[in-house]
Amino acid sequence: MTRLLDINDLHVTFPTEDGNVKAVDGLSLTLDAGETVAIVGESGSGKTVTSLSVLGLHNKKRTRLTGEILVHSERGVVDVVSCDDEELRKLRGSAVAMIFQDPMSSLHPYYSIGNQLSEAYRVVTKASKKDALKRCVEMLDLVGIPEPQKRVKEYPHQFSGGMRQRVMIAMAIINNPRILIADEPTTALDVTVQAQILSLLKELQREFNMGILLITHDLGVVAEVADRVNVMYAGKVVERGTVDDIYYRPLAPYTMGLLSSIPSVYGKGTGRLSAIPGQPPSLISLPEGCSFASRCSFPSQVVGASCATDAPHLSEDEPGHFARCHLALADRRTAGAKFAAKGGTA
Amino acid sequence: MTPIVKVENLTKHFPIKKNALARRKAGNVKAVDGISFEIAPGETLGMVGESGCGKTTAGRTIIKLYEPTGGKIYFEGEDITEISPSAMRSYRSKMQIIFQDPFASLNPRHTIGRIIAAPFEIQNITPEGGVKRAVQTLMERVGLNPEHYNRFPHEFSGGQRQRIGIARSIALKPKFIVADEPVSALDVSIQAQIINLLDDLQTEFGMSFLFIAHDLSVVQHISDRVAVMYLGKIMEIAPTTDLYAAPHHPYTKALLSAVPVPDPQTERTRERILLHGDLPSPMNPPTGCVFNTRCWKAQDRCRIDEPELLQIGTSSVACHFPE
Amino acid sequence: MINYISRRLLYAAVILLLVSMAVYAIFQFLPFDPAALTCGKNCRPNLIAANRVRLGFDKPLWEQYWLFLSGIFVGRDYGVGSAAFSCSAPSLGYSFRQNACVTDLIKQALPVTLSLAIGALILWLIVGIGLGILAARFKDSPIDTGSTIFVLIGTSLPTFVTGLLLLIYLTLKNNIIPLNFDAYVSVFDNPSKFFMYFLLPWITLAFAFSAIYTRYTRSAVIETSGEDYIRTAWAKGLKSSVVLRKHTLRAALAPLTTLAGLDFAGLLGGAILTETIFNLPGLGRMSLKAVNDFDLPVVLATTLLAATIVVIMNLIVDLLYAVLDPRVRVG
Ligand SMILES: Nc1ncnc2c1ncn2[C@@H]1O[C@H](COP(=O)(O)OP(=O)(O)OP(=O)(O)O)[C@@H](O)[C@H]1O
Ligand SMILES: Nc1ncnc2c1ncn2[C@@H]1O[C@H](COP(=O)(O)OP(=O)(O)OP(=O)(O)O)[C@@H](O)[C@H]1O
Ligand code: SF4
Ligand SMILES: [Mg+2]
Ligand SMILES: [Mg+2]
Repeated sequence: MTRLLDINDLHVTFPTEDGNVKAVDGLSLTLDAGETVAIVGESGSGKTVTSLSVLGLHNKKRTRLTGEILVHSERGVVDVVSCDDEELRKLRGSAVAMIFQDPMSSLHPYYSIGNQLSEAYRVVTKASKKDALKRCVEMLDLVGIPEPQKRVKEYPHQFSGGMRQRVMIAMAIINNPRILIADEPTTALDVTVQAQILSLLKELQREFNMGILLITHDLGVVAEVADRVNVMYAGKVVERGTVDDIYYRPLAPYTMGLLSSIPSVYGKGTGRLSAIPGQPPSLISLPEGCSFASRCSFPSQVVGASCATDAPHLSEDEPGHFARCHLALADRRTAGAKFAAKGGTA
Repeated sequence: MTPIVKVENLTKHFPIKKNALARRKAGNVKAVDGISFEIAPGETLGMVGESGCGKTTAGRTIIKLYEPTGGKIYFEGEDITEISPSAMRSYRSKMQIIFQDPFASLNPRHTIGRIIAAPFEIQNITPEGGVKRAVQTLMERVGLNPEHYNRFPHEFSGGQRQRIGIARSIALKPKFIVADEPVSALDVSIQAQIINLLDDLQTEFGMSFLFIAHDLSVVQHISDRVAVMYLGKIMEIAPTTDLYAAPHHPYTKALLSAVPVPDPQTERTRERILLHGDLPSPMNPPTGCVFNTRCWKAQDRCRIDEPELLQIGTSSVACHFPE
Repeated sequence: MINYISRRLLYAAVILLLVSMAVYAIFQFLPFDPAALTCGKNCRPNLIAANRVRLGFDKPLWEQYWLFLSGIFVGRDYGVGSAAFSCSAPSLGYSFRQNACVTDLIKQALPVTLSLAIGALILWLIVGIGLGILAARFKDSPIDTGSTIFVLIGTSLPTFVTGLLLLIYLTLKNNIIPLNFDAYVSVFDNPSKFFMYFLLPWITLAFAFSAIYTRYTRSAVIETSGEDYIRTAWAKGLKSSVVLRKHTLRAALAPLTTLAGLDFAGLLGGAILTETIFNLPGLGRMSLKAVNDFDLPVVLATTLLAATIVVIMNLIVDLLYAVLDPRVRVG
């Protein structure tokens, strides 16, 4: 397997007037070629901040970034956190590309699709305008836009949301990047269009052996496309494992809560949902102990530590399956079994 | 039993003016184009469909926030299609709406107390024990701390604001509530809290809901029956369990199959129907069956004849070739 | 697009017609006898009556308006016999006060105002946009603070104060720019003299505008920099100069065309204060004087001219905007 990305102990802090916002607090993850690694979590858990860090897209003056983000590119390993602007710029688009959540606002309203696509191509390859335009038409065709010859001259406002996201995908993969970061690529789209886009991404991944870092809050989407999953809560990874680990053997109480709060189209009756009470903590004054303690139902069962004052570590409870919780593993296994997805109940 | 709400062939078209100079109509957006259904007392009708299919317009037209273009609306058996705004006022206390956006739908300059008390004020009702008492009881009922009576909306999280909106809408114990995507803007864990709250309130007060959402799992969870909309028309309407277990309309089938399920094994094995293309413009919808441009079963007939809603078992389906 | 342009042209023509009617009507309903105003102190009833006939004030209102309107296109003759005289097209009336065709008066004043406005426009666009971009790029740096102070001063100092201060310090006290008592010369005749003549007025006029444009540019650039599509541009690996020039500025400055066009149109009607301070024989001073002298034909003509310029400028700005923004172009 080819390693593409190593993030080690990433901390991202935004100094603001009210205090320091600890948006990402010690995150580590890896991404290999051909696999899809998902980051899931609620709004504000630090997913977007993480993904922007990989491309070095934060405003340097207003962000404190520590840790390592190692991108394994054709030209060697580059640490995004410490490298200079020029090196970073050369990674963007060629080694690491990104698609964003809102296809409506991610394309420049004043330039034609062809202009924007070929710009992305030419900045890396220095191709002639004519060759670039030919490549754009090919790419539009590849992502399933009908009449690419004609559409390439049109402007973003003449495209529907789903088509714009296709254009964004075409733009991202036009230079065959090894890493594709997709930040909520389908959140703004309808389910039928979401299904189209996800299947397109899977197809392209198979074809080009890209590593995809998929950021989403939708557990359904994760189950559909991810190989491995990182569950984030308040800037920290609280559980990491394969999809099956996460859905069938959840070991972190937050993951269990998440799984049990989603009503599912298939199976199970219409009983009450077991909602997680309360709301996430403020990132400016994170609690001393476990960030999830105030919403968790297990602290009273924990022995040997205090959820309110001792911060749990991410520990490898099973091979390749990490969780961050003080509760005894056996107790978590029993609890997890109650909330786990049923498995093949369609 | 008389249905709480009954609509017959309801239409709502929005005229589109090309520009201020020409002043001539360039066409109509057929946002809602002939829908019919009933909602029984205590029943929740779910309404699903993709963005722009007319769910919000339908919901607002039914409680006459929009003037209908055509068709009939009955509330508890009485025709309210044509009644004057002043006569409508007495109905307002019996029908309420909960909005999608918990951020935009609350006046930022009013205290929570004042926002929740608004329906009393508008209807000129003084509840037993005074307005403040009633408001605080409501706050407690929806899971807000009654001591926060004098706080402002920006001091609350999204889920809490949605609770405020809900408290306001149940203040007058309405018989019918249009809930327009009440949980779409919320995170799953908060979403579950709100769904449970709505469930409980319905059990307690026995009101009927028109529950609009684009999330099929949420709709399934909360509804007794479900209506599937596409381009301003109802494609299928059926009891929830039947609709999800055996969808008859190709669109319903495609929609259900497009929803990713939070279960990796199911995801790996199941077949998925991928629809091609995008939603056509509601300004000039396709002739015949509006779904024909994206339907994999479409034949010539579908491009000419518009199918009517026909009964198949417990479901009503508008398709020439139902499953 | 052709369709759009022709529709807009028609629209502009209709508006101009309506404006001319309105302006004409307003001056008719003023409580003055236009004929009595033609001769001032030495008016005698028979002179007034003669002038009334000569200028056509005896005719019904609609006919007067028609004569006025057709005069613009074919010129106009006044009086008969030996007392006859004519103003050739485009005629905007005849000023008895100054014994001249209004068009000729305007022909003298317009180049002055035009030179003043164009020069100032160029100056304030360069200074305002340039400083605004710098302030936005180096946000919170000393440059930004400096620009903020400039904006504060520029927007709070009235034009006449700026003008007088410049006049006193640059000319009278330090003699950096020599005081100019000469008459207006055109750029084509004597460029250096022309520049000396207009330098102070340009600076004075551009001062306040520069400040406004700095503020606008700064906030537009900062706001645009936060747009999603700018993030997309960075993610492509573009150089920061390309992101700024091609992506940010294009979007941030497009709305500025509207602002600049209308400000410019406003100035063409006459920059009264600046023209007065520096004693420039432009349209502004001309209309001010005409108002003071009850020189109705001149007031009527300058008002109409100003309105026309605004309408035409609006048209130009809209067309320009359609060229810049594809969303307008197609829609
Ligand atoms: N530039 C910034 N300055 C200050 N705080 C920031 C900044 N960017 C993000 N944050 C904060 O960091 C936290 C994490 O934000 P992030 O955008 O990563 O969340 P997310 O997990 O992507 O959520 P969502 O699902 O809503 O997109 C949030 O609390 C956010 O308010
Ligand atoms: N006031 C209006 N004027 C003109 N067109 C309108 C108006 N309101 C809605 N529409 C149009 O009517 C159609 C239906 O809109 P509606 O808001 O009812 O859809 P929806 O199903 O609620 O979509 P969403 O899921 O995005 O909320 C859309 O094409 C919309 O653009
Ligand atoms: S550490 Fe304690 S509070 Fe945190 S998840 Fe585990 S049991 Fe819950
Ligand atoms: Mg995000
Ligand atoms: Mg809606």
